[in-house]
Amino acid sequence: MDNFSILIGGKAGFGIDKAGSIIGRALNQLGYRIYIYRDYPSIIRGGHTFSVIRISKKRIATHRLNIDLMLALNQDTFDLHKNKLNKQAIIIHDSNSVKLEGISSDILTIGIPFDAIIKEEGVGEIMRNTCIIAAFAKAAGIEWSILENVLKKEITKELELNLKVARRGYDQAKELIKIDSQSTPGLPMITGNQAIGLGLVKAGLKTYIAYPMTPSSPILHFLAEQAQDFGLKVIHPESEISVMLMALGFAYAGEKVAVGTSGGGFCLMTEGVSLSGMAELPAVIIVGQRPGPSTGLPTYSSQTELFFVLFAGQGEFPRFIVAPGDAEESYYWSAIAMNMAWKYQIPAFILSDKNLGEGVFNFDIDSVGEIKVEKPLAGDNKSPYKRYLNTPDGVSPLAFVPQQGAVIKANSYEHDELGITTEDPQLTKLMQEKRLRKEKLMVQDLDNYKTVNVSGHLDASTAVLCWGSNKGVCAEAADNLGLKVVQPVVLWPFPLKQLKESLSGVKKIICVENNATGQLAKLMADHGFTIDKKILRYDGRPFTPDELETALKEADNG
Amino acid sequence: MDNTQQNNFGTSAQNTWCPGCGNFAIFNAIKSVFNELILEGTPLENIVLVAGIGCHAKIVDYINLNSFYSLHGRAVPVAEAIKIAGPALKVIVFSGDGDAYGEGIEHLIFSAKRNIDITMVIHNNHVYGLTTGQYTPTSPLGFKGRSTPQGTAELPLNPLEVMLSSGATYLARGTSHGLELLKKIFKEAIMHKGFSLVDVLQVCVTYFNTYEYYDKRVYELKDYNAADYNQALGKIREWDYNSDSPIALGALYKKDAPTFEDSFIRTDSAPINSEGKIRDFLQASV
Repeated sequence: MDNFSILIGGKAGFGIDKAGSIIGRALNQLGYRIYIYRDYPSIIRGGHTFSVIRISKKRIATHRLNIDLMLALNQDTFDLHKNKLNKQAIIIHDSNSVKLEGISSDILTIGIPFDAIIKEEGVGEIMRNTCIIAAFAKAAGIEWSILENVLKKEITKELELNLKVARRGYDQAKELIKIDSQSTPGLPMITGNQAIGLGLVKAGLKTYIAYPMTPSSPILHFLAEQAQDFGLKVIHPESEISVMLMALGFAYAGEKVAVGTSGGGFCLMTEGVSLSGMAELPAVIIVGQRPGPSTGLPTYSSQTELFFVLFAGQGEFPRFIVAPGDAEESYYWSAIAMNMAWKYQIPAFILSDKNLGEGVFNFDIDSVGEIKVEKPLAGDNKSPYKRYLNTPDGVSPLAFVPQQGAVIKANSYEHDELGITTEDPQLTKLMQEKRLRKEKLMVQDLDNYKTVNVSGHLDASTAVLCWGSNKGVCAEAADNLGLKVVQPVVLWPFPLKQLKESLSGVKKIICVENNATGQLAKLMADHGFTIDKKILRYDGRPFTPDELETALKEADNG
Repeated sequence: MDNTQQNNFGTSAQNTWCPGCGNFAIFNAIKSVFNELILEGTPLENIVLVAGIGCHAKIVDYINLNSFYSLHGRAVPVAEAIKIAGPALKVIVFSGDGDAYGEGIEHLIFSAKRNIDITMVIHNNHVYGLTTGQYTPTSPLGFKGRSTPQGTAELPLNPLEVMLSSGATYLARGTSHGLELLKKIFKEAIMHKGFSLVDVLQVCVTYFNTYEYYDKRVYELKDYNAADYNQALGKIREWDYNSDSPIALGALYKKDAPTFEDSFIRTDSAPINSEGKIRDFLQASV
């Protein structure tokens, strides 16, 4: 079985997300590679929620909308997604409440009175989930013992009742296909947000600070839950302004710190970002992108904050921006972002989005490159300590409070080497140049990293240019079309050298982005590249390989 | 340092406060308190000063101790973080009335709510000095500033009442004409375990000279039980920062209560093998 997609849908509050996760884990146990797309409205009860669980024999980082198997707990699920069903799809539905009208005779259906079973067992409505998951397992030829193990691991409340209800769903369904088990072992399944959190922990994170905002709040929840294990402090203060300023207070005291938000919260952080630039205090800032302007579509995805993050904060100062494309990149580059922040005493940004952050990926830690946890340049006790010592590369030694013999003065004003405010023109120029010099060193340093990924058909004359969460979908579409994929992971300092190398011999560049104006395309144009075509999607939903393939074909031939 | 010699904590910065500025009283009183603290055994490096932006904030340029010269309104979150990171540190925040009670009031309220062990010294002169004379949250009704030439149409905040209801556990008031009292309450505030705030009626000689006004109305509290919340509330309401009533000086409220740092579940105490913990987590995620 390769490339099989299951859609489960229902109202918000039905537990669709959890159900999708359990199905994914069961299939993961069979040795498949998994990706789960989660689509939900900004509503706690009601509305329509669905998850697409896609399995493949190969690593995948995107979902498809050709549904092989639909699990419909309500009429909406069928009505809203029937146009996505494959010709020989299977539908498992609640036989009382879901009417399957107008489907072709090729479609196999299993109707089970889930509502009735729930009533008979006297259990809560949420257990319809367990029942339909079990019916799915039977229909897909998955052994009861595998399902039982997963349920035991995933269900924390009323396990016995859940198992009883599951057994009834399992027994009432019939085997229609056989999703056979693979010889490959299952890999851990984590979200992009979790991968970011783990990468930060790897790089020595001590404190995480955030104000809740979709799609980054799951990082706050994850790290708060794991704080004990990972030795973290997790703080949720009164606003994003406080989040960012607290982060700089922790950095001043020598603690590795990160913050997370989305575009709206990041608006409030910008004064702190500029302070990080001036006071040379390291901070890692995760910006999970969602469609704007303003409140926009809170629970959907976009790639609209590249320019915002690139230019945020008054004045001119160096920064580091990375946009990982899958779980492994999220882990690796989050750790590197922390290293960069501390090595160069700058703000470092991790640009994520809802699709990356909340999508569920397989994660193979052993395939990730080595991460060295770098120590910042330490201050010595040469009296007096100069927090902003003007060094040839611009990086001043760091001392932290309390350090005997050192008076450590951080300052938001222009300042001298000691950190005392100045308005002297020569000193102003000198210190501005000192800060900007750090970027030159960082650019050299980045030569040691693979800042641009190249994949697909390497000698193709057409390249698909993408960034962030579009990596997976572009890889699949380009592979089928014989195109090359070029994905800058580091977006600032702009990886000019590696992009030139990656695009040498390419005659046509098609830029794929989830925004309406083509921000990467503009940034490329600023650096002398000609973007021939742009494929932009800005309805909050991710590209799927099939749709993208069609659009790429058109762009390549047109 | 020679125990008998007072450290002047001098820096290379040139002092640019106006002659007669109320900030000098705060400056001299706090340096004297720092000398006392150091004599009593507080390591010099354990003192951390944080300031916002305004005339008040220049104080951190003038004192050769650890300092974080933050943004307008944003001294408090920085100070909170420094205190959480280093519970042994003495964190003293200098802030103006525009800075603390205007732009930064959300942080101030939450810091008091958390009862985090930092000391706020408010240089409250009822006027923006550094931006040349606009009204602040504590300017009296009808104040004619450069942004309100016809006079303000709003009453001032009573900051101590706001702080009391927010959960502050040490509140005091002083004036820039009372150096000895300032020394006493600064010391008490710093030694107090929990959120402390000293509202200093500090006079801006250039834009709003209120020396005479205060001299006529201030009195020092005597035979007063600062532990009594209701009495404190009454005393704090006696002068609403607007009407011409007597103005009480000294410690207005004191309470022992758990601090944020004490109650915050510290999960960062033991060194961890992060790689091992990450692999454990992944193992459970298959």
